[in-house]
Amino acid sequence: MLLSELKKGDKAVIKKINASGAFKNRLSSMGIVEKESVKLKEYSLAKSTMEIEVAESYVALRFKEARLIEVEKI
Amino acid sequence: MQKLTIALAGQPNVGKSSLINAISSSRLKVGNFSGVTVDKTEVAFKWCDEASCSDYEMSIIDLPGAYSLSDYTIEEKVAKKFIQSDEYDLIVNVVDATNLQRNLLFTAELLESGKKVVVALNMMDEADKEGIKIDEKLLSEILGVTCIKTSASEKSGIDELKSAIVAAYKNDGYTSKVKYSDHIEEEIAKIVDFFKEKKYKKDISYRILAIKLLKEDSETYKMMHDEPIWIELLPLIRASLEHIYIHSDSKDIEQIFRDEHFAFAKGAKMEAMEISSMRAKNFTQKIDNILINKFLGIPLFLFFMWGLFQLTFTLGAIPVDMIDEFFTSIGVASKSVFGEGALGSLIGDGIVPGVGAVIMFLPNIIILFIGIALLETTGYMSRVAFLLDGFFHRFGLHGKSFIPLVTGFGCSVPAYMVARTLKNERERLITLFIIGFMSCGARLPVYVLFVGAFFSQENAGSILFLIYIAGAFFGLVAAKVLKMFVFKGENEPFVMEMPKYRLPSLKLVWHTVYSQAKSYLKKAGTFILAASMLVWFASNYPKDEALTNQYQVQIEHAASPEIQIELQNELKKISLENSYLGKTGYVLEPFFRPLGFDWKMSVAIGTGLAAKEVVVSTMGVLYSLGEDVTEEDQGLMEKIKAEIPFASAISFIVFVMIYLPCLAASMVFVKEAGSWKYLWYLFLFTTTTAWIMSFLVYRAVLIL
Repeated sequence: MLLSELKKGDKAVIKKINASGAFKNRLSSMGIVEKESVKLKEYSLAKSTMEIEVAESYVALRFKEARLIEVEKI
Repeated sequence: MQKLTIALAGQPNVGKSSLINAISSSRLKVGNFSGVTVDKTEVAFKWCDEASCSDYEMSIIDLPGAYSLSDYTIEEKVAKKFIQSDEYDLIVNVVDATNLQRNLLFTAELLESGKKVVVALNMMDEADKEGIKIDEKLLSEILGVTCIKTSASEKSGIDELKSAIVAAYKNDGYTSKVKYSDHIEEEIAKIVDFFKEKKYKKDISYRILAIKLLKEDSETYKMMHDEPIWIELLPLIRASLEHIYIHSDSKDIEQIFRDEHFAFAKGAKMEAMEISSMRAKNFTQKIDNILINKFLGIPLFLFFMWGLFQLTFTLGAIPVDMIDEFFTSIGVASKSVFGEGALGSLIGDGIVPGVGAVIMFLPNIIILFIGIALLETTGYMSRVAFLLDGFFHRFGLHGKSFIPLVTGFGCSVPAYMVARTLKNERERLITLFIIGFMSCGARLPVYVLFVGAFFSQENAGSILFLIYIAGAFFGLVAAKVLKMFVFKGENEPFVMEMPKYRLPSLKLVWHTVYSQAKSYLKKAGTFILAASMLVWFASNYPKDEALTNQYQVQIEHAASPEIQIELQNELKKISLENSYLGKTGYVLEPFFRPLGFDWKMSVAIGTGLAAKEVVVSTMGVLYSLGEDVTEEDQGLMEKIKAEIPFASAISFIVFVMIYLPCLAASMVFVKEAGSWKYLWYLFLFTTTTAWIMSFLVYRAVLIL
C-alpha cells in the first residue's frame, strides 16, 4: 500500500520510494529511507498534508508526495 | 596570538545560534553571504587555552542550517559552498543529541569534506530529560573526531568545546572514520594503494581523495583531470565503480553513498546511544494534539494572528503618534531655523516628513517582528505551514505565505521582509509579487476619502471591507496567473521538519529583531531620503518668480482674510501645475484618460508612488485647499464629489488598490527579491493589472 493510504495512528515500514535525484536525497536527509518505520501522526483538514513520525523526527509532507512512497503496515 | 576561523555547521533547529551566544558574549556581526540574502552571523573573541598556554583569536561563522550538503535550498547551497571553500580552518558540527541518527547523517557528509571536525553534542539537557544517554567517548572513537557534550541553555561544556577546537586545530594526523560496506572499502583500498605505489603527492588524505573520486565529485574530477596520474587512475576508478554497481544493484552512485551514510549514522547511534525512558518527549506531542488538530488548529492560529496584529497596530499606534508629532514639530522648527526659503522648504517640507514617514513605521515593525521571531523560534511556524498549505498550494503559494500576506494588510515593508521565511525561491517570489495586493494601512486614507465622498455613511464600512476582500482575491488570482505563466514548472515537493517546541532565548529573539529593524532603517531610510528630496524638488520647481510676486502683491492688498487664503491656494495650485510634477501629470493624462482620470488624479497617482498617504495630500493641494488636509476633511470630500464623476472615482480606487505600494516598500522589495529587474517586473505587472482592472470597472460603472 501507499503511505497516503495509512490512517491516523497507523504504523508501517517503508518498502520502496518511487523518487529520484534531489527529492529522494531530501527524503533521506529527513530520515525517510527504505526499511525505516513510520507512523502517521496527523493529517490536515482537506487531506492535503500529513505529519509522520520517523526515527526521532516529525516530518510534514503532502499527500502528493506520500503517494510516491510504498509501505507495509505493521 | 594565533588566528582561528571556525565554521559552525549543523542541521536546522539544533541550537546553533544559542550555542554561539553561549560561547561568546561578544557582539554578533551580521552580514550577508556574498550575492544572496542569507544572513551571515559572525562572532570574534579572544581565548586563552590553558593546556597550551597560548592565546587564540577565534572567529566563528554561523552557517545557515542544512539537512545535507546539497543545492536543495539557498541555505544549503550557501552552506555547501562555504564548507567546500578554504575560508576557514575547522568545522564545528552542532548536533541535536535528541535526534542523533538524522544529525549524524550530516556529520558523515562533513567528515568526508576532508576538513578537521569537532562535534558538539548539543541540547544535552533535553536529552537527559528524555532519558537519552550518549557515550561520547565511544562516539568519538566511531567517528574519528572529538565529540563534546554541550548545552547552550545551561552553558555547560563550552570550555571543553573550546579546548577540543584548539586540540583538533593543532593535530594534523586526522582521518575520518566513516566506514562503508566491505565491497566499497575494498575499492577505496585499491585506489589508496595505487596512490601509495605512485608516491603521489597531494595535500588531502588518499582515503578522502579516493572516496571523492568514487562519489564522482565533479570538483575533484576537474582537479585531477590535469594530473599526469589521471591516465592510469581512470581505468582503475571505472573498474571500481563497476564492482560497486554489481554489489549495490543500482547505478545511482549518489544514492549508494547516501545509503552507506545512513547505515553508518544508524550504526553509530545504535552503538553510542541508549534510551532509558520516554518521558519528556511527549510534551511536543501534547501541544500538537491541540495546535495541529484538524478542527482546532486553524481557528487557534487565526486567533494568534489576530492577537499579534492587534498588538502591532494598537500598541504600535501609541509611539507612532508620538513620532508623527515629533517630526511635525521638527518640520516646523526647521522652517523657522532655516527660513521660508529653498533650504527651509527642502528640510521642512521634503526631508523631515519623508524620513519621518519611514521612522513612523518602526514601532509596528518591531512589535510584528518580535511576534514573527517567536513564531519561528518556538517551532510554531512549521505547524502553520502544515495547516494552511492545502489552501495556499492551490494558488502556487506555500502554507507559510499566509504570514507575509496578512502582514501586507498592515504595511508592505515588513511583509516583504517576513517573506524571508519562505525557503523556496519561486514560492517566495510569487508571494513577494502579490503582497502589494493586500491593501496596506497607508492606502486607507485614500479609501476613506473616496468612500466618504461617494457613499452614504451606513454603506461606507461594507464598501471598505469589500475593497480589502477584493484586493486579497485579486492577489490570489494573480498568484495563480504568475504560477501558470511566469514562475512555471513543477511544484517543489513539500517535505518539512516539524521541530520540537522550544522556548527561545530572549537575547536571540531581540538580536534578530534588532538586526532586521536596523537594516530597515538603513535601507528604506537612505532611499526615502533621496526620494523625498526628489518629490519635493519636482513639486516646487521650476519657480515662476514673476507670478509669485504678482500674487504676493494681490494677497497683501486683499480685502479680507478669506480672499487672502483663497489667493494663496490659487497660487499654490498654479505653481504646482507649472512644476515638473504638474507637467508630468499632463504628460500622464492621455495614459490615464481611458480610466476616467483627469490630470490632477494622474498627478496624485504619480506622487502616490512615493507613498500612498501622499495621494491624499496631493489631491488636497491640487483641489486648492491648502496643504494640511486629512482624509476626514469635509471640504475636500465635497470638492472631490463635485469635480470627479462617480465612475472615475471607482476606477481610481481600483487603481490605488493594485498598483505599486510605495517607494520604501519598493526598495525593500528589491532587496528581498534579490534583483532590480524584479522591481521592473513588479512595476509592469502591477501597473498593467491596475490599468486593465480600472478600465474594466470604469466601463462597467459607466454602462450601469
